[in-house]
Amino acid sequence: MSTVEMHTTRVTVTVNGREVAGEVEPRTLLVHFLREQAHLTGTHVGCDTSNCGACTVLIDDEAAKSCTVLAVQANGHRVTTVEGVGNGSGGFSPVQEGFRQEHGLQCGYCTPGMIMACTALLAENQQPGEHEIREALEGNLCRCTGYETIVRAVQWAAANGGAGEWA
Amino acid sequence: MSLIGARVLRKEDPNLITGQGRYVDDLQPAGCAYMAMVRSTEPHARIAAIDTTAAREIPGVLAVWTGADVAHLPARPSSLPGMDMPLITADVARFVGDIVAVVVADDRYTAADAAEAIIVDYEPLPAVASLSQALAPDAAMIHPVLQGNTVFFQDYTEDLSAEFAAAPRTASLSLVNNRCAPVPIEPNVVLADWGPAELTVWAAFQAPHHLRNTIATFFGISQDTTRVIAPDVGGGFGAKINFASEIFLAAALSRDLARPVKYTQTRSECMVSMFHGRAQEHKVDVAFDDKGKIHALKVQVTQDQGAYPDATGMGLPVLTTAMAAGCYKIPKVAVSWRNVVTNTTPVAAYRGAGRPEASYMIERVIDLVADETGVDPVEVRKANFIPADGFPYQTHSPLAVYDSGNFAGVLDELLRHVDYPALKAEQAARRADSSAKLLGIGFSSWLEIAGFGPPGSLEAFGHLASWESAQVRVQPDGSAIIYTGASPHGQGTVTTYAQIAADQLGIDFDRISVRHGDTAVIPQGIGTMGSRAVAVGGEGVKTASTRVFERAKKIAAHLLEATEDDIVVENEQFHVRGTPSKSVPWSQVAWKSFQPLELPAGMEPGALDATVFQQVPNFSFPSGAYCCVVEIDRDTGDVEIRNMYLVDDCGTVINPMLVEGQVHGGVAQGIAQALYEHMQYDDSGVPRTATLMDYLVPAAPDLPGYVSGRTVTLNPSNTLGAKGVGESGSVGAPPAVINAVVDALSHLGVKHIDMPATPQKIWSVLRESK
Amino acid sequence: MGMIPARFDYKQADTVAEALSLLASCEDAKLLAGGHSLVPLMKMRLVSPSTLIDISGIVELQGITEAGSALRVGALTRHRVVERSQVVAQHVPLLAHVAGLVGDPQVRNRGTIGGSLVHGDPAADLPSVALATGATMVVAGSGGERRIAAKDFFVDFLETAVGADEILTAIEFPKRTGAGFGYEKFVRRSMDYAIVGVAVQAGDEPGIALVNMGSVPRRAEAASQALASGASVEVVAALAADGTNPPEDLNANADYRRHLASVLTKRALLAAGYR
Repeated sequence: MSTVEMHTTRVTVTVNGREVAGEVEPRTLLVHFLREQAHLTGTHVGCDTSNCGACTVLIDDEAAKSCTVLAVQANGHRVTTVEGVGNGSGGFSPVQEGFRQEHGLQCGYCTPGMIMACTALLAENQQPGEHEIREALEGNLCRCTGYETIVRAVQWAAANGGAGEWA
Repeated sequence: MSLIGARVLRKEDPNLITGQGRYVDDLQPAGCAYMAMVRSTEPHARIAAIDTTAAREIPGVLAVWTGADVAHLPARPSSLPGMDMPLITADVARFVGDIVAVVVADDRYTAADAAEAIIVDYEPLPAVASLSQALAPDAAMIHPVLQGNTVFFQDYTEDLSAEFAAAPRTASLSLVNNRCAPVPIEPNVVLADWGPAELTVWAAFQAPHHLRNTIATFFGISQDTTRVIAPDVGGGFGAKINFASEIFLAAALSRDLARPVKYTQTRSECMVSMFHGRAQEHKVDVAFDDKGKIHALKVQVTQDQGAYPDATGMGLPVLTTAMAAGCYKIPKVAVSWRNVVTNTTPVAAYRGAGRPEASYMIERVIDLVADETGVDPVEVRKANFIPADGFPYQTHSPLAVYDSGNFAGVLDELLRHVDYPALKAEQAARRADSSAKLLGIGFSSWLEIAGFGPPGSLEAFGHLASWESAQVRVQPDGSAIIYTGASPHGQGTVTTYAQIAADQLGIDFDRISVRHGDTAVIPQGIGTMGSRAVAVGGEGVKTASTRVFERAKKIAAHLLEATEDDIVVENEQFHVRGTPSKSVPWSQVAWKSFQPLELPAGMEPGALDATVFQQVPNFSFPSGAYCCVVEIDRDTGDVEIRNMYLVDDCGTVINPMLVEGQVHGGVAQGIAQALYEHMQYDDSGVPRTATLMDYLVPAAPDLPGYVSGRTVTLNPSNTLGAKGVGESGSVGAPPAVINAVVDALSHLGVKHIDMPATPQKIWSVLRESK
Repeated sequence: MGMIPARFDYKQADTVAEALSLLASCEDAKLLAGGHSLVPLMKMRLVSPSTLIDISGIVELQGITEAGSALRVGALTRHRVVERSQVVAQHVPLLAHVAGLVGDPQVRNRGTIGGSLVHGDPAADLPSVALATGATMVVAGSGGERRIAAKDFFVDFLETAVGADEILTAIEFPKRTGAGFGYEKFVRRSMDYAIVGVAVQAGDEPGIALVNMGSVPRRAEAASQALASGASVEVVAALAADGTNPPEDLNANADYRRHLASVLTKRALLAAGYR
């Protein structure tokens, strides 16, 4: 049992372009900060060994598993969640639209993390081959789709605008 | 243009792809308290003492309960009498994961700290960790009410010794259908809010009305003040039909604390407490002739039930043995089964629920017969298929009267995708080249029992009934709402039902909403399981829509001063056939349906509202043929699937995109069972695969692409002709994969490899065969 | 169970000196770099330090520079950066290649080479690169700087030669410009730790190192020596598991690991250009 006294620290993160500040314990995971302080529940928790990737967000435009990052580590940094992805006019990004067009989701629980991982992939590689897409998603588990339609979703997005924009 | 068969994009997606889904953990009501569990780390132990002092002293801790605190409450529903699973185990923990204490705190971090601070003093008892241990003569016993560890035993239904003696050839096979964990990406989550007037429970669940009924009975309250809501649910695969103890604990604590109480399971907890699937062992004997024709089949199934037998889990071997003969016309089939307890996580339904076990068994038998006779496995299948004109086909089991099928046709369609001769030639060439990977080709011609089910079928599993409810209500503006008792968790049911209704009503797909999951909104319901959402629920939507449409036509005829029979609808306009100019829009018919002065004589206002409790006379029997091509690395034993060809026959396809998605998902889980996943326990009953690091759910690079095709054999039990497809992939894939692996090694004399066919297993086999 | 770390104090250090001072003054402290070895352990409460000292902002621990015949990689350099670095690809291509195989893309975006090496997991990829290339770890303490050869760095299971009050500041890799290399990682799933892995560095002082063949990261000594004395690929590969005591787990027993070590060594040698 920890002998450290309960104490909080101020954490300020720019989430989807908006500053979010909270007084949280240093042990607070970034995913919980996003869900409970920023009230953005799109990012999900699916495991406790950093395997499933449902918690994937962008930190300074790079994909990261927010369950394995402390909120304090994101202090002063930019975080983008699935709620911050779009076409800028309230519509879907090409990746989101690709998931819709190609049935890249069923229950939707892994989907936000998948969308963030796919967005990060296309930001770095505009024309990934199938093998590259699958490798880029090695850290994101889906139990519903069997991945084929997710691959097609990324291919659709690659052919229709790529990674798109995000806040 | 009919929407049946149309690739319509999902209504469900806009929320989900923008992170606007509402899963149970997303709900953060004011004053919400958080529950955490202490779970047994011992497979079998007396709880000598529990010290909760330190936990109670942590600021923010609201309650700490142990077994004594729930002694006044019933045991977990669906328990078997005498083998009750208490909500919190008081005296003896019987599996690693058994709940021994519960804490509630102001926030989830404090709750976790409090759970860690509880000290449990275990006195270990001898444990049985496997079926062989449980069935050993001197085995430790788990439940005093049993003689030994066998809960139920059904002896062979027939004596086939004469048939076996007379047969030209016989062979035997022992099979293990490996224990799997369902692993939906969302674990179990529940939020209970027991207010002064009403109890509301949000649960990641597949059957909200069933849960509502059960919760009311459990607490002795009435159903009119009990509300269950399954909001967005992150996958279920059968595991979220089970009555998890935490649901009742959260409700009880909410009542006690007068605050909402939420419990979000961690994955490690989920791995040991969400009920497992499969966990069967088979002893199979087959009698056949030199042409590969099967004369008789004897199957003994041993089902591991885990530590506390569950009502659903007890039924799994019933389904397995009912489907033991698969697609084949086998003159004599005798089945036997037994349910055995072990000190492991309870076992219940997991995608396929007893049928993947059957198809795996019979498809391995087919390949065994092929191997023994030298007849090609494709030809053995064809020699034994029930012919296309052989339906309805009464099997050896009263449960299974196959409705329709064209097994040879499905296999032929598959063979159009697969260049079988070329693959055999490639296989031979590679066998001769020691530097090449070995090639294996495996088939499965599979059949399963779905579309649960005819009257009495779900009642046997404890449900209220076997119908599914559909209410279709037209709004004054001509849009429509469908209320369904189905409870989807990824299947795209909302989209599918809107397609069916749009077709029947002539109302635009975009002006039809589908509501589900909330018992306060949906009249009654049974739920989504057993691949029934389209076959039963969808048929109900069609029936209810048709009723509403007939009444709408009546109103339209009245407004147009025409004969009802002459009325048609096109582009949401009712008009007389042949006279489109004389029309009345749906919106006007809808509006006037509420206005007595506008209605034909005898029609009440609000008539465009119909509720149906849809029954079906039989289960449905989807089938398919799959072919798996594997490459095996001779040096490492690594298996890679090069191709996966899938032909499914689920009858009428409402939305081909969604059907393909269900097939892919089921196939992925089937491949995973065949090659990767195994929920393992050590010899003392401690789980070895209790995280996603060790339990190998595959990711995208670990699975192949799929080539899928279709044949259509209509379901005669509903007018849609749809059989359902949700579990098909998990039924058809494992045997195709293992048949391919064995085929790759058959030239070395290999007859069988148990699932999962890991590289180490294959390397051992390769080494032994040298 | 599994999700929430125990409480700790959180401090940030902006310089190595500050970090050392905090290490000395805080009891039961751990350094936080990328956190992708440490935070998972803390969530499981297998490790519960009272203080976390966040060193991720220390500029002097970043960056890749050429230092004569060596390449100096700052301990805080993330796998992602190492993977994409032109200068690493040119001078220590084995390192660039292997950095791209660690974990998954999200892990590679956050995890650091220093964090991975100090964690000392015998199943991790990067220690084998340090061993195969004969790298030197540069460690700072209150008494000044120490240089530790890779072969002396990994002391026991999850224990390295870095003292409780010391910080790994950089790793110096001898340049292997133009030399061949090979890395074979046998996994069940793409994201997994190696069941067995083999790193081969060709050249004047060739080296073969093993992944997950013991309780510490280690070189295949007999095989490396045979390679240095010009033995054939077959002979070298047969020696791969010599002197090892491979672990047994869900994925492999010791026999199978020994076999894989030989097979993978052969494949890595072929990839490195040996025959």
